[in-house]
Amino acid sequence: MSTLLLSDVLVSAHAALPAHPLLLADGVIDFNTSRLFSSFWSLTVDGLTYGAIYALIAVGYTLVYGVLRLINFAHSEIFMLGMFGQYAVLWGLGFTPQGDVYTQGTVLTVLYLLIAMIGGMAVSGGAAVGLERVAYRPLRKRGAPSLTFLITAIGASFVLQEFVHFVLPKLTGGNFGGTTAQQPIRLVQEVTVFSFGGADVSNVDIVIVIAALALAFLVDRFVNATKFGRGIRAVAQDPVTATLMGVSRERVIMQTFLLGGVLAGAAAMLYSLKIPNGIIYSGGFILGIKAFAAAVLGGIGNLRGALLGGLLLGVMELYGQALFGTEWRDVVAFVILVLVLLFRPTGILGESLGRARA
Amino acid sequence: MPLLELENVSVSYGRIEAVRGVSLTVEEGELVTLIGANGAGKTTTMRAISGIRPLSTGTIRFDGRDITRMKAHERVVAGVVQAPEGRGVFPGMTVIENLEMGAYARTFKTKAEHDATLDNVFELFPRLAERKTQVGGTMSGGEQQMLAIGRALMARPKLLLLDEPSMGLAPMVIQQIFRIISEIHDQGTTVLLVEQNAQQALSRSDRAYILETGEVTTTGPGKDLLVDPAVKAAYLGVA
Repeated sequence: MSTLLLSDVLVSAHAALPAHPLLLADGVIDFNTSRLFSSFWSLTVDGLTYGAIYALIAVGYTLVYGVLRLINFAHSEIFMLGMFGQYAVLWGLGFTPQGDVYTQGTVLTVLYLLIAMIGGMAVSGGAAVGLERVAYRPLRKRGAPSLTFLITAIGASFVLQEFVHFVLPKLTGGNFGGTTAQQPIRLVQEVTVFSFGGADVSNVDIVIVIAALALAFLVDRFVNATKFGRGIRAVAQDPVTATLMGVSRERVIMQTFLLGGVLAGAAAMLYSLKIPNGIIYSGGFILGIKAFAAAVLGGIGNLRGALLGGLLLGVMELYGQALFGTEWRDVVAFVILVLVLLFRPTGILGESLGRARA
Repeated sequence: MPLLELENVSVSYGRIEAVRGVSLTVEEGELVTLIGANGAGKTTTMRAISGIRPLSTGTIRFDGRDITRMKAHERVVAGVVQAPEGRGVFPGMTVIENLEMGAYARTFKTKAEHDATLDNVFELFPRLAERKTQVGGTMSGGEQQMLAIGRALMARPKLLLLDEPSMGLAPMVIQQIFRIISEIHDQGTTVLLVEQNAQQALSRSDRAYILETGEVTTTGPGKDLLVDPAVKAAYLGVA
């Protein structure tokens, strides 16, 4: 029951022909359903925690796609800059990396974390708007083809990474950036608050999920129930008519980048709580692609789709990890992306922010 | 001084000149029609007036100001509001949301002012009042046209531009739309109408211009053009 029958058959041949690729794969992929069932709830909790972070990042991809039909591949670096932003804010508040966890008491800790989050949001939001100004707006003015935008996005992604890799340490006397990850500043000791079904739910998990849900709710209200949001949706659905209604497309584009960036910054702070030693120049890359996969899974261009897709991807990825082994976690996420693109390119919820299919 | 004045306006798409040296005026309170065959440059002229198509030469003046270089979204604030060709209803928004988009550029002093504007639109188009929460993309062509005109009225235009409001609609609905256009005009809104349905448009217009391959060829009061032999032959299907 626990192991796939096929692998049992192959195991006997394994010793005789160890170099055969298929058999090598059999050695690596060990399809283990008992691990999935025995730790189902703990995988679900972890998956939701990561998924909440994917969801917040995915919103940035989906909103920008909605108004510009552009996959902003540099969004992952906007997130990475947010990690450094919130780290720098904590540093500025007087915290320095040390082995131990600071103990400030709950109220002060929450306050400091909030300040750090706002710092991350400001850095990411500012970087997103700056990126739009410097990289995309000049292309729009010239009416560049969409492929040019895509290449530019990829280029901008490298520029931002290498900026943090090589330039930032020179600017900050080696305190920030560089080849290695930042020494973690720990304000919160991850401790189990309660358990159910074999799953330990930690204080960090709770903070991440609640903060992400609150932000998701706010951004949903913002886009669906305010005048600003109506402007964003109008540009997404019909840019020319939106202009005829007095909407400044340029301003909406700026607001969209700002909104996506701000959410990525918030996600950056939450992620740093969970993975304190993940603050590195390349730290946004994989996460960004997964958030993009989440946006596609939910239906790119669809705000609620991005939120749902993020949570789903986070959970499915961990189920996959339990089934196939830890090293297959990223592969699972991208196989899901490929399957969605093959069988349901409009994603689960379709594209409702943009042009409706009606 | 006319409310709208186009002077020697030309618009090009690449090397093709769609509008060539068009001059026209709309006086305050008038209903003026622009008629012409497909490809005569009617929609391009409307796009130029709204600012979503740049001019290659010429000047546009509105309400005493030169708006030739004014950005499209600022022209809405100035009072030039268009219900575009093909209606441009936001497919994923409800009727109410679409109407609110019409008032996007406008700041209401009081909620009462907002509600009065909305009520006025619902009075003209009772059908819209019945369907406030229906999504725009699922409405019939006639309803979408009503929504497009109602949405433009939400901006309280000084000049209402209507681009082919009768396109693709059933004869009975066309009648209804034209009656409402006359009503809007009677309430004091200046209207510039683009139409292929020359009979209906000319009979309701103060004045009209006929566009042929990008140039104004004939102009005069609507009733006069209705009996002009050349116009009858070309646009009214009478030999």
